[in-house]
Amino acid sequence: MLRFTKDHEWVKVDGDEATVGITDYAQSQLGDVVYVELPDVGRSVKAGGEAAVVESVKAASEVYAPLTGEVSAVNDALADSPSAVNDDPEGSGWFMKIKLADKSELDGLMDEDAYKAFVDEQ
Amino acid sequence: MAEADDFSKVKGGELLKTPLHAQHVALGARMVPFAGYDMPVQYPAGIIKEHTATRTSAGLFDVSHMGQAVLKADDGSHETVAKALEGLIPADVIGLEHGRQRYSQLLNADGGILDDLMVTRPASADGEGTLLLVVNAACKEADYAHIAANLPAGVSLEVLNDKALIAIQGPKAADVTAEHVPGAADMAFMDARSGTFDGIEVHLSRSGYTGEDGYEISVSAQDAEKIWNTLAGDERVMPVGLGARDTLRLEAGLCLYGHDIDETTSPVEAGLLWSIGKRRREEGGFPGADRIQREIAEGPSRRRVGIKPSGRAPAREGTVVADTGGSEIGTVTSGGFGPTVGGPVAMGYVGAGYAKPATPLQLMLRGRAEPAEVVKLPFVPPGFHRG
Repeated sequence: MLRFTKDHEWVKVDGDEATVGITDYAQSQLGDVVYVELPDVGRSVKAGGEAAVVESVKAASEVYAPLTGEVSAVNDALADSPSAVNDDPEGSGWFMKIKLADKSELDGLMDEDAYKAFVDEQ
Repeated sequence: MAEADDFSKVKGGELLKTPLHAQHVALGARMVPFAGYDMPVQYPAGIIKEHTATRTSAGLFDVSHMGQAVLKADDGSHETVAKALEGLIPADVIGLEHGRQRYSQLLNADGGILDDLMVTRPASADGEGTLLLVVNAACKEADYAHIAANLPAGVSLEVLNDKALIAIQGPKAADVTAEHVPGAADMAFMDARSGTFDGIEVHLSRSGYTGEDGYEISVSAQDAEKIWNTLAGDERVMPVGLGARDTLRLEAGLCLYGHDIDETTSPVEAGLLWSIGKRRREEGGFPGADRIQREIAEGPSRRRVGIKPSGRAPAREGTVVADTGGSEIGTVTSGGFGPTVGGPVAMGYVGAGYAKPATPLQLMLRGRAEPAEVVKLPFVPPGFHRG
């Protein structure tokens, strides 16, 4: 199940764990990604709170946790190949996995059609 | 995700367009407001590819937003016009030879920098008694008012509003340009002359803002499109936006006005003493000469330096610089990712005692101290054609 936030993060839920990344639209707006700062595994994150930083050539941007929970894994490969965020944002360019505290928070996120409509308005 | 982009979108207000605006849009550029103009920040290739093309082949830049003006002495004498300008800038203008260009700064009474500029003495005899000025877009109206208000009788400023400025930069810039401009290859770094580009009258200088060999071509607004399209259509040449222009100049150690230099920084602090001629250092006679001569004699209290973060995280403008003990000693004024360096690069001001290359520093990034060190500028060796 793929869900999206208004801050252009995507969430893929598998059981009570969610994989998080930034959308293709987000990476196209950022341009060449050169650095990603990820949280420590085990850190608690709150929906809407700062969780990571993605830096393009031009600027640094915050990435927010789409859902509340505990960081259960991070994509260490992004340290050596941050360009994966541009090349495969919804695959190998994933940021982190979060063990969800409250699955009902998913109801507040957009599905693919709603996100598409949201981006078209941007 | 929240963007904190330098080129943030401004709603409302009419943006100016350069004569090449339609070309940028047709090429698919992302347009952003910059210094009151709607300018390309990048083309579809992206900043890193545009940067790399400029370092390895040739990049094409529309810099028509910059201010072009002519300073003119009624008596047709170089000495008259040069003396007038020497009252505002610390460069040796009287000693500038025919067909040569020089970098300098407009100074305020405290020796702070109002703007930086290029000054050219025309090559041809019929240009005698004139100087060509190129100033920054964001400063140009203030510069013109300042210059005009401080000229002696018999010297006047004419703003060239109907000119475009096109830069071609990179190791293949000379080969490409010489195919259209007879004699371009014979020019040395900082030479300037009139010429023709496929028969179109132009004025060109062998200079730029990337650390590479190349030219800046001044042409009438109506002919700009022909020259742009010719160069952009050459397979060795890639159009380059403001994003890569910034990474190129940062790696080249060149100052960006309003960031690395401003009204509070002196040319000595900024490491621009090389641009103040020997005679001027001794004689003074420019605004803020007291401070500048004192800083030359005693050394400034702070200096602009290159800063290389040891890790991968870029340090942006405004990042606090600390010594190894954690005491604040300076600030980053420009910083980001250097595509040719392949990692983060920055410059900024530090206390004079910390300005030596290899001095260890700490950068305060998001509440953490990241190690860095002072490095000699530029980050990449210049590709200038010394002739």
